Amino acid sequence: MAAMIEATGLTKRFGPTTVLDGVDLTVEKGEVVAVIGPSGSGKTTLLRLLNCLEAPDGGTIRVGPVTVDGAKPLARQKQAVRSLRQHVGFVFQTFNLFPHRTALENVIEGPVIVKGVAREQAIQAGRAVLAQVGLAEKADAYPARLSGGQQQRVAIARALAMEPDVLLFDEPTSALDPELVGEVLSVIRGLAAEHRTMVIVTHEMAFARDVADRVIFMEGGRIVEQGPAKAFFAAPTEERSRRFLARLHGEH
Amino acid sequence: MDGVLASLAQAAPFLLKGAVYTVGLSVGGMAFGLLLGFGIALMRLSGLRLLRWPARVYVSFFRGTPLLVQLFIIYYALPQVGLRLDPISSALIGFSLNMAAYTSEILRGAIASIDRGQWEASYSIGMTPGQTMRRTVLPQAARVALPALGNSFISLVKDTSLAATIQVPELFRQAQLITARTYEVFTMYLAAAALYWVLSTGLSWLQNRMEARAGRHVRT
Repeated sequence: MAAMIEATGLTKRFGPTTVLDGVDLTVEKGEVVAVIGPSGSGKTTLLRLLNCLEAPDGGTIRVGPVTVDGAKPLARQKQAVRSLRQHVGFVFQTFNLFPHRTALENVIEGPVIVKGVAREQAIQAGRAVLAQVGLAEKADAYPARLSGGQQQRVAIARALAMEPDVLLFDEPTSALDPELVGEVLSVIRGLAAEHRTMVIVTHEMAFARDVADRVIFMEGGRIVEQGPAKAFFAAPTEERSRRFLARLHGEH
Repeated sequence: MDGVLASLAQAAPFLLKGAVYTVGLSVGGMAFGLLLGFGIALMRLSGLRLLRWPARVYVSFFRGTPLLVQLFIIYYALPQVGLRLDPISSALIGFSLNMAAYTSEILRGAIASIDRGQWEASYSIGMTPGQTMRRTVLPQAARVALPALGNSFISLVKDTSLAATIQVPELFRQAQLITARTYEVFTMYLAAAALYWVLSTGLSWLQNRMEARAGRHVRT
């Protein structure tokens, strides 16, 4: 069976700096991949390229049946880009909920406006995903009235409502107060238990070890090492991975 | 005193008819000004220099020249090149073009103030740029723009009195016409001022109501 995500030769330059240098990434259906690495290693850029939030300077991205060609400008393959984004849910570090819409309205926006689902039906499905992230009773609350952890859970529900094939998480707990990190991680754990295909950029190493099937360690715009999560954290093979993990342990 | 009341009673129908023109010109100028201003704001935010540049010149011209002069050009100067417009059309066009310059700057700032993450979140669920503008950005930008737009509108209500100089029978013109007959300068101009005051305070009140409504979601 074909992989769910297949990206080859992904390259991204910002001016003279190459932030992503020909990265290949394959993610199987149902696989949970954690991407770790120092800041500036290109891990967030990799994630944003997978959803075409950044335009690649080279390479190809295939998610499910949709392929985007990095050699062509995104403006010339709008249909493919929009179709790809409907297959991919994205959860932002800073939540980016729509502040003028209630939690439920945030969740049904995509299904109603993009997919053309009937409003009543979208509301029913929306309430179900809000219940799944433990926020059924907050359906009518505006984001300003929710805690950071609750906002991020609504953002996850908003992504889930589109019934994506893949979920991408960009440091989903980095903007949260420490006491709110747990509730978001436990929602993501639940999704992993459902065998959803996920790519998670994170600084939470214990979480990555517990939840991910595979860990990718990036540095300098390249994948330095990847392997089964438990094995990677127990015994990284590359010197640079070892240094990175040692530095993290030193901090704690 | 009885004389004053009697002449006010006599003048009232004319003044009120003038006030109707004042309101019509204000609302019309604001409506067309907003539409045109939105287009100009989009041009100024565009990535294409070919669109940005004419929009900048437009805004610069209409903000950099007196409204009275603009009205005179439209009503008195254009006929010389073959474009003859009646007073009310001239005034409406003048106010709309002038308001567009101001509202475009307000809207441009408001749209630019919306966080990039809002665009990205909309794109991430598959929305088109048009859907994102309509459903995500404009509702939030409107709230940002509302106070400044309200102030511009109240300025416009008062500025419509300039249309008296190009024969539009609006409120101030009516007051002038009455005083020319009766010489009750003090009473009539004071009555006109009072009516302008009522109009603009009424509009301020409406503006506050709209701002409160638009800000519902941020009240905690």
